[in-house]
Formats: sequence, C-alpha cells, structure tokens
Amino acid sequence: MMSRYSRRLIRNKVWLGLSVGAAAFGLLWLVLILSTLLWNGLAGLNLRVFTEMTPPPGGTGGLLNPIVGSLIMTMLAVAIGTPIGILAGTYMAEYGRYDRITFVIRFINDILLSAPSIIVGLFIYEILVVPMGHFSGFAGALALAVIVIPVVVRTTEDMLLLVPNQMREAASALGAPQWFVISRVAYRAAQAGIVTGVLLAVARISGETAPLLFTALNNQFWSVNLNAPMPSLPVVIFQFALSPYEDWQRLAWTGALIITTAVLSLSVLSRALAAKGVER
Amino acid sequence: MNSISVRAAADNIPSTREKLSIRGLSFFYGESKALNGIDLKLHERQVSALIGPSGCGKSTLLRVLNRIYALYPNQRAEGEVWLDGENILRPEQDLNFLRARIGMVFQKPTPFPMSIYENIAFGVRLYEKLSRAEMDERVERALTRAALWEEAKDRLETSALGLSGGQQQRLCIARTIAVKPEVILLDEPTSALDPISTAKVEDLIDELKRDFTIVIVTHNMQQAARVADRTAFLYLGNLIEEGLTSMMFNNPKDRRTLDYITGRFG
Repeated sequence: MMSRYSRRLIRNKVWLGLSVGAAAFGLLWLVLILSTLLWNGLAGLNLRVFTEMTPPPGGTGGLLNPIVGSLIMTMLAVAIGTPIGILAGTYMAEYGRYDRITFVIRFINDILLSAPSIIVGLFIYEILVVPMGHFSGFAGALALAVIVIPVVVRTTEDMLLLVPNQMREAASALGAPQWFVISRVAYRAAQAGIVTGVLLAVARISGETAPLLFTALNNQFWSVNLNAPMPSLPVVIFQFALSPYEDWQRLAWTGALIITTAVLSLSVLSRALAAKGVER
Repeated sequence: MNSISVRAAADNIPSTREKLSIRGLSFFYGESKALNGIDLKLHERQVSALIGPSGCGKSTLLRVLNRIYALYPNQRAEGEVWLDGENILRPEQDLNFLRARIGMVFQKPTPFPMSIYENIAFGVRLYEKLSRAEMDERVERALTRAALWEEAKDRLETSALGLSGGQQQRLCIARTIAVKPEVILLDEPTSALDPISTAKVEDLIDELKRDFTIVIVTHNMQQAARVADRTAFLYLGNLIEEGLTSMMFNNPKDRRTLDYITGRFG
C-alpha cells in the first residue's frame, strides 16, 4: 500500500516536471522572438519612420505610406465586416436560434474561420482584381473584410448565447418587441464580448500578408487612392525582409515591431474589456 | 348618480368578478403533455396561488397567461384563456400588447444591465411618451410602491446589478407595476430570497392586490396560506382542486390535496 502511494508521488513529480519543462520551453521561444524583435526593431526606430515614405535601396526613408495604407485598409475592412458579422451573429443567436439554417451557417462560418487567408486573397483576386484589370486598396480591404466577418459572427453569436434567456423573457414580459429586446437588453449584456470580438478581428487582420499580396499589391509611394495599388505594413515587411539591402531589412524589423506593438495593445485592451464584461 | 355609488361601494367589497377564465387548457412541450384540460377562473383584485409538487405544471400554467411560452417554437397551448372577454390564445392576439397588460416577475431576479432608473423607464417608454418630470414621478411611484424608494433614491443612476438579491427582486416588481398592467404573474418570486426579503415581498403582494389581479406560483404552502385569497392545487398536469385558501387548507375535498398540504408528498 505504501509503495502504491510513493509510486503515485513519483509519477506526480515526473508529470509536474514534464509540464513545467514544456511551459518553460514554449515561453523561451516567445521571449527569444520578442527580444530579437525589440533588439532589431528598436535599432531602426526614429521619427523618420513615421514621417517619410519607403526609401529606394540605399536612400533614407520611413514607413509612413505603408502605415497609412494599413490603417485605411484595416478600418475599411472593419467598417464592412463588423456590421455584417454582428447582424449575422444576431440572426443566429436570436431570430434563427432554432432554425436548421443556423446550423448550416455556423458550420460554413467555422470553415471560413479557419480557411487559409491566401485562399481569401485568391478569391478576391478572381472576383475583383481580374475584372477591374488592376490591383487596388479596395480589393485589399475587401479581402481583409472577408477575414473579419467569420470572427465577428462567431464572437457575436457566442456572446449573445451567453445572455441568459431569463433576461429576454423579462424584457418580453414587459411587452417589448423582439428587436427591442435584442437591441436594448441582449446587446447591452453582451456588449463587452462583442467589442472584444471586433478588436480580435482587427488584431487578426493587421498582420495578414497573404490576402493583400495579390489584391492591394504594394506601392512605394504615398497613395490614399482606394482605386490604386496601396501599400501595407505586412507586405512591405515581406518585401524588405527578403531584399538583400541592409537598410531595407532594418526597416522591415521596425515595421514588425510596430505591428506587434499594435496587436499586443489591442489584445490587452480586449482582455481588459472581457474582464470588465465578466465582472458585470 | 346611482352608478357612482354602486361603484364606490364595490371598491370596498372583495371583487368576485372574473378577470381571467381558463377553459379546457392543455399544454405541450414538443410531444409531451404538461397540462391536461385545465378549467380555472381567476378573480379580479384577488391573489390566486397555484401550488403543487415540482413538475405539476403550475409554472407552465402561469407562462400561458402572458403567452411568454410563445418565445419558444416547440411549445404549444390548446384551449382558451379569456381576459375580459377576449380569448388571448387566438392566433391574431398581439403578444407585446398582451404582455404590457399582464406583467410577470420571475423566480430569479432579472435586472437589466443598466441603471436602476433605466430599468424602470425601460418598460414605460415602450407604450408611453412621458416628459422627464413625468418619468421621474413614475419611477419614484413605482419604487415607493415596491418598498424600494428609500434604499434606492440616492443611487438611481447606478447599475441595478449592484443591488442585493432582495432589492433586485423588488426592482423587478417595481418595473412591472410601472407599466400599469392589469394582472401580475409571480413565478416563485421569493424562492431565491432570504426570509426578511421574502417577508417584504409578501407584504408588497398584500398591498398590490388593491389595484392588481395577482397570480402567484409558489412551492411554499405557508406562503400560499399567508398571501392568497384563493388557491388551486395542481398535480401531474391536472387541476385537482380550487377554492378559497382557508377552505383548501382546512378542509380539502380531495385526498391528494390533503396529502400534499400535510407534507405527505412533494
């Protein structure tokens, strides 16, 4: 009996050791990645990065045009994708909760959620870039919007399903019509979660390169014309990092640092919002 | 002249006018039958209690009266429920308007995630357009009647979720009476509350029956004996017996009623 107990103690120590080891190993790489990024990115970080255009090889310059391009396309993508995503999620959680079609939509949405983003790029290339005959910022934003939609649909539906039915019954019992119950009570209860979903979608698309490669392409110059090729940070990083020029490579590191910082702050913000939502 | 004096006199006598008349009501959750041909009359400005063991259909019966069950596609009622001469189970009945006339308070307090003031204004705004001053007055009156005004008057703009359970339940009652319904349905309103909060809610029920017809579902037989004018006993989806509360508790006609109220089952 004693030996069974001590065997169990030893087994516990072995498993504990393995889990701690695995966690430390995983964290080590994360720390290495972040410190490399900080080391290389900070070296090239100066005011010019935010005030000047991408330079030719050997010249001086910054990342202003891809930063602005990324901001424009991201905001447009969110502006297109969020209302569609929230409305679709609302249909699935509220109006069509018991309908067969909701199961079909949820299934397809989950496929879309995990679809490789390059396929989304190809899709937009075929339906928009080819007929228009040229690359454009609009095509890039649309490709990003296609990625935003399933994320927002999923979080909106999940968050609304978390709102207790009793809350809906209580509002209906006062004589509130269904759209009123949804917009004034269910949305308010699920607010923090839905906003978190949108922020996560922004974080997701701000690092996407593949869907932009053959939709927005890139632009070395200042361009805010949505009907023309538009620069973006991920594509510039891709291009500059692969180049043989050392100054371009340094700018690529700095660009990567900027994206990482932005995504990190969004994640922290969404965590804080989610925590606030739980508290309520 | 004559009619006025008759009306004034009628205000003091417990009314025996039927407010709700349930006729041949059966209820189904999908294929399973939860209520079996219920016939029951509920009187104006009286408290009627529905008692019975778990699963007997008392909550189901209550949920038919404001048709809240209609939120769920696989629930279905058959039969008739007459409210002041109209059958509310007819398909063309406007459900939102019906629910404004028949309010409901649930087992667990269900404050909306907004301020105390907004919780009460929510239902009022649905059917009335009031000025800020009128709304202030309505909110105060509702909270006063629900015995919550003294505790809430200095924190009307704070979240209702910060109230205690008993206060939240009184807020839900205030929210319901602010809409000025004719009937109030209470679904085990005190089962989540401590004894002191329970006593407050019971006092409130006594007070409210001057203006409202009240139907209460309760697990607690002492509660039924304390607050109800009439009591109906349900068992396995059937209405076994109904009558004045004193009769039901002192001299029940049916063996099963006697067994239940003496604690032999349930």
